[in-house]
Amino acid sequence: MYRYDEFDERFVRERVAQFRGQVERRLDGSLSEDEFKPLRLKNGLYLQLHAYMLRIAVPYGTLNSAQLRMLAHIAETYDKGYGHFTTRQNLQFNWPKLKDVPTILELLADVEMHCIQTSGNCIRNVTSDQFAGVARDEVEDPRPTAELIRQWSSLHPEFVWLPRKFKIAVTGAEHDRAAIMVHDIGLKLKRNDQGAVGYEVIVGGGLGRTPMIGKVVREFLPKDELLAYLEAVMRVYNSEGRRDNKFKARVKILVHETGEEEFRARVEEEYAKLDGPTINAPEEEVERIAAYFAAPTYEALPDVSQVLDQARAIDPELDRFVEQNSFEHKQPGYIALTIALKEIGAVPGDMSADQMRAFADIAEKYSFDEFRVTHSQNLVLPHVKKDDLPAVHAALKAAGLASANAGLITDIIACPGLDYCALATAKSIPIAQAIAKTFADQERQKAIGELPIKISGCINACGHHHVGAIGILGLEKGGRENYQITVGGDATEHAALGERLGPGIDAEDVPAAIEAIVETYLAEKQGSESFIETVRRTGPEPFKTGFTAFIESRAVESEAAE
Amino acid sequence: MTLIREDGAVEDRFTRADTIDAALAVDGPVLIPLAIADEFAKARPGAEFGVSLPGSTPIEDVKPQLGKIALVAIEFPAFADGRGFSLAKKIAREGFSGTLRASGPLIADEFADALACGFTEVELPETMANRQPVQQWLAAKDTMTEHYQSGYGRGPSILQKRLAARKGA
Ligand code: HEM
Ligand code: SF4
Repeated sequence: MYRYDEFDERFVRERVAQFRGQVERRLDGSLSEDEFKPLRLKNGLYLQLHAYMLRIAVPYGTLNSAQLRMLAHIAETYDKGYGHFTTRQNLQFNWPKLKDVPTILELLADVEMHCIQTSGNCIRNVTSDQFAGVARDEVEDPRPTAELIRQWSSLHPEFVWLPRKFKIAVTGAEHDRAAIMVHDIGLKLKRNDQGAVGYEVIVGGGLGRTPMIGKVVREFLPKDELLAYLEAVMRVYNSEGRRDNKFKARVKILVHETGEEEFRARVEEEYAKLDGPTINAPEEEVERIAAYFAAPTYEALPDVSQVLDQARAIDPELDRFVEQNSFEHKQPGYIALTIALKEIGAVPGDMSADQMRAFADIAEKYSFDEFRVTHSQNLVLPHVKKDDLPAVHAALKAAGLASANAGLITDIIACPGLDYCALATAKSIPIAQAIAKTFADQERQKAIGELPIKISGCINACGHHHVGAIGILGLEKGGRENYQITVGGDATEHAALGERLGPGIDAEDVPAAIEAIVETYLAEKQGSESFIETVRRTGPEPFKTGFTAFIESRAVESEAAE
Repeated sequence: MTLIREDGAVEDRFTRADTIDAALAVDGPVLIPLAIADEFAKARPGAEFGVSLPGSTPIEDVKPQLGKIALVAIEFPAFADGRGFSLAKKIAREGFSGTLRASGPLIADEFADALACGFTEVELPETMANRQPVQQWLAAKDTMTEHYQSGYGRGPSILQKRLAARKGA
């Protein structure tokens, strides 16, 4: 894991002092409310429906146990005893008091954490693959790139007053788990024909009210040219991105309105004028950062663990958990383990202080003191010895963290919706809970297989519904909450936006509608196809037909009831 | 108007004039809109003048003037409109050695960024200067001692300092 040196340490401390000063200058009237707002946002402080919300950066989703223990302490001392992991691989506290925020920031700095640029019209927290450094299909670990971008984007003098927020994601793997096609910039580490490592650069993806898949603006960018090229993209966007309409201000709109070709030409023109070597990171610096992400000292182990196999044979629960939640590790004898923060009936992404402490102990003891946050609001223990799995499972179970549903229909992403969010038009969390209850039966979930459902409580799409295999969007229609259902969305290398199945439906009909969609899938499915593979093959038509039949049956029922 | 530089408030040597007639009536350095720059230069060859232009101006439109003028004032319509920062970078890149002025309702918290992007001074409306006096600007400028980005500001970036430290070790 990356560790701060004296420069990083000083930077974060000074940033805390700077923010403390900004709060004081707001209180003494030097800063107006309008001026203070972007300053507090750039430090992760939102004003929400009921209170302030503080968003803490978890750069590329990597944390250690000391950091999680500190988050537990903050949750207990300054919040209501829990925190909320988000789809940006961040952590949010929903109830801090303004006066406590500078102190919270000090405590975070003690464990090398901050809230810098977790909101506001600037380059946001960089996200990455939760299985970075673990996955077998990796060209190179994406985290050194992500850390370099974290540093480069922190208080960038030119790019802190962009037209709109700007999100960058990096992956180093063939299979895209970082959703790079729906980010403002997506970077994919790849090798060219000569075997050199570089990046494919994708610009202009995004969700929100105008969802778009990003465009490849550079097939291959040599690795050492990264920062200068990013500077060129950012400068074109900062100069030319729309500022007349906040809903058209993201770079995706600029790319769309300018045209892909012309946008690429403008970036290349700007890039040609830059003096790369004066901007790019020195090679030694890139290597210094990369060294922090070297693999931990694994034991040489056989790939098959007798201990685990025997334990699985007598403990069906452990067996199910391992089957569902483990991810193949490149090191023999190890696995990466997903911890779904999705107990049936719980709030997706919520974690109590007690769970944080228990989990910190587990990560420290069994995973080289490291864990990851995923964009599906789950956690990952990246390096668990297979021999240790029975003990890890028992410890997770004791902490209420052993849900064996990673990737299944009950592993739902949901935004805060009406429960917390000032912009919401509908509930989101209770819908997730109702669906999870409907499909609570383990055997049924297993039979359905991998099926990511994503729910947003308004068109801003924080729950990424456009890229859910099933997407649910909560709107308001005639004073009632109304839910639109899509299928076929995909955030991976097969990036696609979901298609609407038909008219919106009432909240209480959502679980049954999902059941109807699942029935269509099971009827259409060929061989071992997953839900999304079936939709990709059949297209949305059979699902539309099934959905229409469902709506008609509902209409008949409600008439019968009258 | 208050004019602030890195080391404190300074007098404005330039007089603003919006039309060519007004500009020609001024004694001493004058600050005029970009649109009348050619006309003014023709009428007053060799006179010291500056041009003002919005942050949205394409660099191609300013470039031909850069050799002739002593000052470029980039107008910020609002403190949160960052276009002026990128335009300053582009102008500085053309080798412009005159004064680069950020003009508009900027806030003290942007001072360090403005200087790092190549601005020499900030021209504030009086209402802003009353709320955020010069001392706040000078203090805000120094809240962060280091920056990560190579190519910005005067001193070396953190990345460059690390490299130098390792080479020296
Ligand atoms: C509760 C307070 C929240 C508010 C007021 C809020 C507001 C917004 C708004 C206005 C947008 C749309 C921006 C745009 O593209 O124009 C947005 C996007 C987004 N939000 Fe939130 N949000 C909140 C909470 C969350 C949470 C808890 C998450 C994570 C689960 C989240 C994740 C996202 C993401 C990932 C996007 C970007 C979608 C994209 O790529 O365009 N937000 N949010
Ligand atoms: S999608 Fe809408 S309701 Fe949900 S968190 Fe975002 S802004 Fe709020």
